[in-house]
Amino acid sequence: MKFLHIAWKDLKAEFRTKQMLNSMVMFSFLVIVIFSFAFGKESSIYISVIDRKIVDLLAPGMLWIAFTFAGMLGLSRSFAGEKEEGCLEGLKLCPVDRSDIYNGKVISNTVLMFLMEITTIPLFIVLFSYEIKNIPGLLLVVLLGTLGFIFVGTLLSALTVNTRTREILLPVILFPVLIPVILSAVTATGVLLAAGSIFEIAGELRILVIFDVIFFIVAQLVFEYTIED
Amino acid sequence: MLKKILYSLTAVLILVSIYLVFFYAPIPVDPKSAGGDPENFKIFYFHLPIAISAYLAFAIVFVSSIMYLKTKKQEWDIVALSSAEVGVVFAFLTLATGSIWARSAWGAYWVTWDVRLNTSLVLFLIYISYLMVRQAVDEPEKRARLSAVFGIVGFLGVPLSFMSIRLWNKTTIHPVAELNYSTFSPLLTTLITNFAAFFLLMASLIIFRIGVEHLKEKGNEMKRKNSL
Repeated sequence: MKFLHIAWKDLKAEFRTKQMLNSMVMFSFLVIVIFSFAFGKESSIYISVIDRKIVDLLAPGMLWIAFTFAGMLGLSRSFAGEKEEGCLEGLKLCPVDRSDIYNGKVISNTVLMFLMEITTIPLFIVLFSYEIKNIPGLLLVVLLGTLGFIFVGTLLSALTVNTRTREILLPVILFPVLIPVILSAVTATGVLLAAGSIFEIAGELRILVIFDVIFFIVAQLVFEYTIED
Repeated sequence: MLKKILYSLTAVLILVSIYLVFFYAPIPVDPKSAGGDPENFKIFYFHLPIAISAYLAFAIVFVSSIMYLKTKKQEWDIVALSSAEVGVVFAFLTLATGSIWARSAWGAYWVTWDVRLNTSLVLFLIYISYLMVRQAVDEPEKRARLSAVFGIVGFLGVPLSFMSIRLWNKTTIHPVAELNYSTFSPLLTTLITNFAAFFLLMASLIIFRIGVEHLKEKGNEMKRKNSL
């Protein structure tokens, strides 16, 4: 359970300034607002059924663009901050398994991203006038998608922190690997927003769970190589 | 010596397979696979072997990445680099030959919702980013280690991408092979020859690339000796 200490340290440092969380929330708000402008008057409720259908098609993808882009902000800082102050050396000196550093980072990143997401969803509902029937289902999809994003993202964030172009490289190498997560999460969110039941998205949920399990295990195995000197 | 035999065998087989494709291979008349000019089916004999070779090259990247992390021998890193580069070229050729064929058979270069198109594209993107990881690190040891990690993670993403893209949209307008082995035997001969030719081409290119890397090392060593 030593990784909880690392997660706690991260969250404590974060909540002293709330720098990262504020920028993530603000960024995802802005993405949603900009998209609501970009969709124009079609996003409000006083429109024809056909226009509404267009919004229904685009909205889930837009929501996940907001989540992943804002999450990327947090991820790229996750190890870069440690590296700048030389804290990574300190972390490596901790008498814990290397994978505990990874697990701690995963927890703190997940908490931050999930907080960002549950503040973004209400704004999304307001701006695009959705009525979500199945809130637990949506939260489940969001959580599974976020976990997949964070499991791979934390590993690759530790990987890119050692490279020359850090923050630029991370999104470039992360998104191709994340395609299964984004694709399944977007489809599942779309079904749930259209008031579909959780049984209709069993296939997507299965892929999300498989992705999460596989990459969690792989990350435990290979993480130590990313921060080794 | 062994290398020379391999290279010349590859050259001969490629020539033979080109001959077979243009002068021997049959065009199975199937309205589903051959829209437009039925002659366009001939590109299939290149398209499929190239695609499978690309997958194979990436499997080599995966295996040698694991072996690198296990043994920390630089040799494995060179193998991974070489097969990744060759694999990217083959993946690009898959997309290119596919697009050319698609323009003729389906009337469009790219059909957004086709399963196999998207899977090949994802594969191509993942290994482009693998090469970008390599480019972003200067120290050889660190570069080998980090790219090995990404080589493993990236390869594991491939089957999952395939599954999720399939679930997203099952439809493919790729012709599904239903070969009747007795009637299509000229087709099968041509296809097998092409498979052999392109596997050998892939292997020779990888071996050649490994040789280039060794020469580069030798050159660096000489430079170091000279400067001392």
